[in-house]
Parts: sequence; structure tokens; C-alpha cells
Amino acid sequence: MALQSLDILRRSATTTPSPGVRQTTEVAKLIDVSKCIGCKACQSACMEWNDIRDEIGSNAGIYDNPRDLSADSWTVMRFSEVEVEKDKLEWLIRKDGCMHCADPGCLKACPAPGAIIQYSNGIVDFHEENCIGCGYCIAGCPFNVPRISKKDNKAYKCTLCSDRVGVGMEPACIKSCPTGALVFGTKEDMIQHAEERIVDLKERGFSNAGLYDPQGVGGTHVMYVLHHADQPELYHGLPKDPSISPMVTLWKGITKPLMSLGIGLGVLVGFFHYIKVGPNEVEEESESEQQ
Amino acid sequence: MSNKTNLVARYSASERINHWLVAITFVMLAFSGLALFHPAFFFLTNLFGGGSWTRILHPFIGVVMFVSFLGLIAKFIGQNHITKADLEWQKHLGDIMANKAKNLPEIGKYNIGQKYLFWSLVVIIPLLMLSGFIIWRPYFALYFPVDIIRVAVLVHAVAAFLAIMTIIVHVYAAIWTKGSIRAMTRGTVTTAWARHHHPAWYKEISRENKL
Ligand code: HEM
Ligand code: SF4
Ligand code: SF4
Repeated sequence: MALQSLDILRRSATTTPSPGVRQTTEVAKLIDVSKCIGCKACQSACMEWNDIRDEIGSNAGIYDNPRDLSADSWTVMRFSEVEVEKDKLEWLIRKDGCMHCADPGCLKACPAPGAIIQYSNGIVDFHEENCIGCGYCIAGCPFNVPRISKKDNKAYKCTLCSDRVGVGMEPACIKSCPTGALVFGTKEDMIQHAEERIVDLKERGFSNAGLYDPQGVGGTHVMYVLHHADQPELYHGLPKDPSISPMVTLWKGITKPLMSLGIGLGVLVGFFHYIKVGPNEVEEESESEQQ
Repeated sequence: MSNKTNLVARYSASERINHWLVAITFVMLAFSGLALFHPAFFFLTNLFGGGSWTRILHPFIGVVMFVSFLGLIAKFIGQNHITKADLEWQKHLGDIMANKAKNLPEIGKYNIGQKYLFWSLVVIIPLLMLSGFIIWRPYFALYFPVDIIRVAVLVHAVAAFLAIMTIIVHVYAAIWTKGSIRAMTRGTVTTAWARHHHPAWYKEISRENKL
């Protein structure tokens, strides 16, 4: 989104501060899984607002449709049939998509300056015009979210409707949800709202109900109310304690500046070795000497 | 080459062409790879027509380098076995580096530093090829699970660092040791150079009358 952005918290592959004089409040989308009926209105609203149509796929015998997130489908309902208590079938429906992590692995991994932006309101946005299609964001993301388009080799994912939120509107999916399972507001308000919901769920017998706002990634700006917050894996493999993989931290952490320094030092050591001892020459005499 | 000109042949035309194919593609790989390695080097993408072109070209250049490098392995492996004389020579390394070495053991076509270079690259370059293949988008990365890709991208970055360091030493050694570069540009070195730096090799080719 090429809005005049003065509220940039972080920008991929950029080592100096980005324009950040404008302070915005942290926002969050709250997805109350216990209220979701799986109608996919939000999927449709997402397609419409962003004006993107995925290819029509084929029915795989389950409700998940499309089967997976793609460059053209930024949110997908995941249906899981589980028996937490024996003989008591539960149909868990989770709206999947970017979690807008406070500590975004995608942004950390991205080598292209300005291809991934994090705003001070918490939204993590891909700026495709700067994307080079390397796929490092996929390796960096703990939630398996970014997808590279087969059409243009650019990475795409949910923007949390940064273009709408930037002008004071709520995301398109929120507008469309008929049950109130999706709500949007400041992160603080959303946590409070979630707490009320959790009290209600506990009263209804879901003693493990809770909020999913994983601290391993610094918290997220898309949060879930789960009836079984102790077992997030039940919800189509939602990771229990997600964090940026240690491999990625090792790859993108201190090693790179150190290796860059090593390369620079290597060249300098060579140069000064030459300056100190001079070239290794075969003297002319030795030629005649030995002849 | 005849004795009159005081030159001995060190590399054939095909060896030289093969070496420079590897060298040119290596430098292109190092520049295009470093461009994505750290933001400090991102400006290098300008040499390749921008970020996307850098990402596209790098792995293809990699394949050219890998195949060329197999050729170099085949050509040079015979002369790169480490001998007793090499290990003895290694003990004088401090003196050699300080330009103060005397009475060195007689070594063959390559000294132990050159042999280490050879064997390091024999390990590192296939590692780069393999890890590069795993992270190659859009063609191959989609066949690998993300955990493998995360390991591969780390291995690729570290291996690239090691390869670049190795090559910095190699290039410096060639600049420092006067009379070496012509071996790879012209194919010949002076007899004095050969006798001084690689006496056992010189004796061998004298015996075989290959001067
Ligand atoms: C031998 C075959 C090689 C293949 C197939 C290969 C492939 C790749 C691929 C697919 C990438 C990801 C970016 C992109 O898609 O362009 C990459 C990154 C990179 N490559 Fe290679 N490469 C090879 C050799 C090399 C060599 C010889 C060097 C160093 C001299 C090198 C240095 C790098 C570096 C520094 C990166 C960036 C890694 C990072 O961001 O951490 N590569 N390579
Ligand atoms: S694919 Fe694009 S957004 Fe993802 S890491 Fe590469 S340049 Fe960044
Ligand atoms: S969920 Fe993945 S794509 Fe979204 S902000 Fe977190 S790391 Fe980035």
C-alpha cells in the first residue's frame, strides 16, 4: 500500500530507522472460534475487497475450500472434527491467515528492503512491488502463511486490510461476519472483550477456554478465543507455543554481521600483509645461482 | 616451452578456460548471493538488473559453476594428494608468510595451502549446490518441508561465507606470489618460479622432458 506512511515500526532489510513520527494505537482482530459457524462470508469479503479471485478448485470431500491458503486466498476456514471427550464430536472451525505477529519471522527473514513493513498499529504488510520472490518469508513464518504467486513470483498474504484500517475502517472480513465471531478494535479492547467471552465459555463448561495471543512471537494482532486453549493443535495444527525457528534466528541473527565483518577483515588482512612483508618474489640471482 | 625463453608450461588451454569459467561464475555468485545476504550488500543487485533478476539468475549461474567445477576436480585431483613433504613444508608456514623461509622441503605441483583450497572447495561447492537446490524458488523449494528449507538456507549462507573466505585467501596468494597469475593467464611460469616454489614438480617435468 503506497499510503503516506509515517507510522512504520520496522521495514525489512533496512538498518536505519523508517519514518515513524506518527504514533498509532495497536489494533487487533479477535476471532472467537466458539461463535464461528463456518459460513465463509469473511472469505468472500476478503476476495471482494481485495478484488482477487482464486482459481476454482475441486472438492476434496471436506469443507475446507479452497484447500489451503494461496497467493489469491488470504484467509481460509479450517474445519477439524475432534473428540476431546470420548464420543462427543466437536466441529472446530478456525479462520486461518496471517497472525500479524509483533515479532514477525517473515520480516526478519526478508532480504529485500521495504518488501515487508510493520506499522506501529501492529499490522504486518507485504509491499509486493519491492518483493523479489525469494521465499525467505515462508522460511521465517512460524504459522505457514505467506504464499508466492505463480503468476508474478511475489509473496502475498492477509494485509489486515491495512488500506481500510489506515483510513479508520475495520477490515472487510469483520464487516461481513454474521455471528459476531469476528471483532476488531484496539488490542487492549480486544483482550478485554476476549476475557468476557472466556468467562462465558467457562460457565458453559469449557473450563479450558482461553485467549490465543502467543507470547513466543511477542503476541499477535490476530487473536483467537479457543474453547480448548490448552490444546491449540486441535484447531488444524495451530502451534501451541510458536516462535521464530532457532534456525532462522541463527541464520538472520548475529551470524550475518559477523560473517560480513569476517569478509571485510579477510580482505584487509591480505592488504596489510602485502604492505608489511611485500610480495613473494623469486629473485633473479636464484635463477642464475641454480643454473 | 623451450628452455631458451626460461618458461615452463603449467596449465593447458583447457585447464585455463575451465579455471576462469569457475572463477567468473564464482564472483558473480558471490556478488549476487551477498546482495541477499545482508542489507549492506543489497546494492549489488544493481549489477544483475535488480532484486528479482538477482534472485532469478543466481541459481542458474550456480549450476554453471558447479558443472565447471566438476571439470576442475577431474583435472586437478591427481596432483592434490597431501604428502609428507607438504606436512613438513607446512611447519615453515610462519617463515614463508614473512618472506623469510629457507631450506624448504621440496614440494610438488601444489603446496599444502593450495591443496587445502582444493579440498575445501571440493566439500563446500557441492554443499552450496545441494542447499541452493533445496531453497531454489519457484522450481524446487516447494518439494521440501519448511524445516529442511530453514536448515538449507543456513547451511547455504555459512558455506557461502566459507567459500568466499577461502577464495579471498586464494586470490591474495596469487597476487602475493609474483609470477603466479601468468600461470593461469598465459599457461606458463618462469623456470625460476617453478624451481623456487615447486621444486619437486620442476624436477619431475625436467625428467619427463616436458620443459
Ligand atoms: C552451486 C550452486 C548454487 C545454487 C543452486 C545456489 C542457489 C541459491 C539460491 C536459490 C539462493 C536463494 C536466493 C535465490 O533464489 O537467488 C541462494 C542464496 C545465496 N547464495 Fe547461492 N547458490 C549456489 C552457489 C553459491 C555460491 C558459490 C555462493 C558464494 C560464493 C553462493 C552464495 C549465496 C549467498 C550468500 C546467498 C544468500 C544467502 C542468504 O540470504 O543468507 N551461492 N543461492
Ligand atoms: S519472497 Fe518477497 S516478501 Fe518474501 S522474503 Fe522474499 S522478497 Fe521478502
Ligand atoms: S503470521 Fe507469518 S506472515 Fe504473518 S506476520 Fe507472523 S510471521 Fe509474518
